[in-house]
Amino acid sequence: MNFDFSEDQEMLRKEVRKFLEARCPLTRARKVLDDSEASFDVELWEELVGQGWTALSIPEQFGGLGMSRTDLCVLAEELGRVLAPVPFASTVYILAEALMIAGDGVQKDKLAEIAAGDCIGCIAISEGPGEPSFERIGSRVERGRLTGTKQPVTDGLAATDALVWARDESGTPRLFLVPLEQDGVTREKLDTLDPSRDAARIVFDGAAAEPIGAPWLLDRLLDGAAVLLAFEQVGGADRAMEQAVAYAKERYAFGRPVGSYQAIKHTLADAYVNNQIARSNAYYGIWALDSGSDDLAQAAAAARVAACHAYWFAAREALHAHGGIGFTWEADQHLFYRRALQLDMVIGSPRMWRERLFEQVEAQGEKMKAEAS
Amino acid sequence: MDFSDTPQEAEYRARARDFLDAHKDKLPSLSGSEAARLKKQRIWQAIKADNGYACITWDSEWGGAGGTAMERVIFREEEAGRGVPDAFFGIGLGLCVPTIIKYASDKQKAELVRPAVRGDQIWCQLFSEPAAGSDLAGVRAKAVADGDEWVVSGQKVWTSGAHYSDWGLVITRTDPSKPKHKGLTMFFVAMDSPGIEIRPIHQMSGGVEFNEVFFNDVRIPDAQRLGEIDAGWGVAIYALMNERVQGGKERGIPAGETIRLARSTPVADGTLADDGAFRAAFADWYVRTRGVQLTRYRTLTAMSRGQTPGPEASIGKLVTAFELQEMSRRLVEAQGPFGLIDDRAMAFCEGNVHHDLLHAPGIRIAGGTDEILRNIIAERVLGLPKEPQPDKNVPFSETK
Repeated sequence: MNFDFSEDQEMLRKEVRKFLEARCPLTRARKVLDDSEASFDVELWEELVGQGWTALSIPEQFGGLGMSRTDLCVLAEELGRVLAPVPFASTVYILAEALMIAGDGVQKDKLAEIAAGDCIGCIAISEGPGEPSFERIGSRVERGRLTGTKQPVTDGLAATDALVWARDESGTPRLFLVPLEQDGVTREKLDTLDPSRDAARIVFDGAAAEPIGAPWLLDRLLDGAAVLLAFEQVGGADRAMEQAVAYAKERYAFGRPVGSYQAIKHTLADAYVNNQIARSNAYYGIWALDSGSDDLAQAAAAARVAACHAYWFAAREALHAHGGIGFTWEADQHLFYRRALQLDMVIGSPRMWRERLFEQVEAQGEKMKAEAS
Repeated sequence: MDFSDTPQEAEYRARARDFLDAHKDKLPSLSGSEAARLKKQRIWQAIKADNGYACITWDSEWGGAGGTAMERVIFREEEAGRGVPDAFFGIGLGLCVPTIIKYASDKQKAELVRPAVRGDQIWCQLFSEPAAGSDLAGVRAKAVADGDEWVVSGQKVWTSGAHYSDWGLVITRTDPSKPKHKGLTMFFVAMDSPGIEIRPIHQMSGGVEFNEVFFNDVRIPDAQRLGEIDAGWGVAIYALMNERVQGGKERGIPAGETIRLARSTPVADGTLADDGAFRAAFADWYVRTRGVQLTRYRTLTAMSRGQTPGPEASIGKLVTAFELQEMSRRLVEAQGPFGLIDDRAMAFCEGNVHHDLLHAPGIRIAGGTDEILRNIIAERVLGLPKEPQPDKNVPFSETK
């Protein structure tokens, strides 16, 4: 048992935090939020690529640095703290993972492009209201051509390549790899609750699409993404809480700092507890992901449920603790509030993940009982 | 980041399992009268002491095994997995005896520590009073010097196990003209001393685990004073810090069993396990209770690296007590009117969930109420300012 980061990983965190504090103040997220044309911060993205971050978890034979998912989650937490407005998760936690797990020889060539920053990914699952579901999926691929509409697709404008969930010719939903710079693909910007992140409607009308992986690949990708996003969420939740704590120490009301009142104290203590609970579940998740444990599905669902709750609570209450000033456009609290919502829904909402968690715990309980008897 | 046992830990676990398997017939359980259970636990404690499994992390000088915190947890996991309760010795070995080791004389330590480790002697903690609960320093039981003795009079309350304890750690007020925290002195006392009167407290849950303890001019030798005169608050803090590191046990029925129970509970045209509201609540309960468990492993990791555990160690009881209360209610309530029946012969899980439901309010209060724990997190971890303290720097005798 060694349930924490190594010294090397703590060093990595230090470097990453120092870099991001210098290069990615909250004004970077705000700039994308305020600019109706921008889909992401291109300059910041290039800097991250320059730091080798998109290459971090890609094996050396494909032009990467060959580091572990646990190293990667250190970056995730730090990117979450600064609300980095870049398509990192879509590209690194999802597309690169898909290629590494299930890409064929040619498809794997894209990994070098990701490492070099020339390829940006997105995953297109949702089509309409409701959690993405096996039954409702309408997109389909026939003779290698994809037809259907996906919305919203996070990083759908920035991306060069999409993973699209669609039915194959037998009607089975699976993932397809679709280059987005081609005839038969129309992209349109969507307004969302978090304009600091890119979102699009993508209409596929006979676009060339090739299958990637078995039908189970989507679940495996979502599990991995759930864990890494949980670290982004923990980073954001901690930062939102820290801001509220700092404000509550400075702001006076009725002759005392507002942070000396138990109503504020206890709320922020609850945020602390939630964040620790989320962090611990995320640690178990990253261990399960990195070690290839059978427990991944359960660990990932637990990490996601805990992280969604923690971030929403922290962002909501941090804004509230700021009083009126927290409700203004100029204050930063709504940036966290928005990002908490974005991360809440981006790979299926907590509602869906609670359901997955229940199924996993039940299945594991039955397995253990069977083994015991 | 590695959640599995290291080779050394795996080896330790294997040895612990062999040991437990070899002593199958000696393992205590939850059944039987208190006296019967105590007898079995004492026998088991002595066997553990003889084999290096009592006080695993303590130096061999004190009858420990010089092991790691991780080894202690591994042994406890294996022991708990075989249904062995963690009872009777926790307060003594977790809180009182470490304080003895730190503050008592060599001769006293030589006499007191080993019998406690072996389970031959049991300790209790006499801190709380009717007017000193959350505000623990509001102690009124007074100790007055008389030659080389002290005469103690006053009332203690919520003393776990006073009725079967041999020794107690008692905090008293020795100088009421000093501010609250500054006129306190700590002693240890033989529980059969003349003038000590123990009355059981009948809890709302039906149990009788605690006592009121009255001190009627009880004479305690000055040699049994721990720490300096009027410096007892620091000794109490030391004792309670040990409690926090020790604390945090699993409560309630495990996740798998909870789901099986839900599967057997009819709801509408299916079972509770098919009910969306229950499934969602279960998931939230699961991540919180599991999160506390996992947080403990982070604390252990810090300890095994020789670091002081971080503040995250303080969240355990705050989360688990409330979650136990709410999950118990949910499970009982789902039975409909039948859930009202609190009879071990009829209720599901032999009535254990009903018991948890009635027991949980006490857990939310004992050892720091939810509110005090939130204050501690807010003030000591987040650094938020304290509330104004009207009794600060005021002689205790002048406070309300």
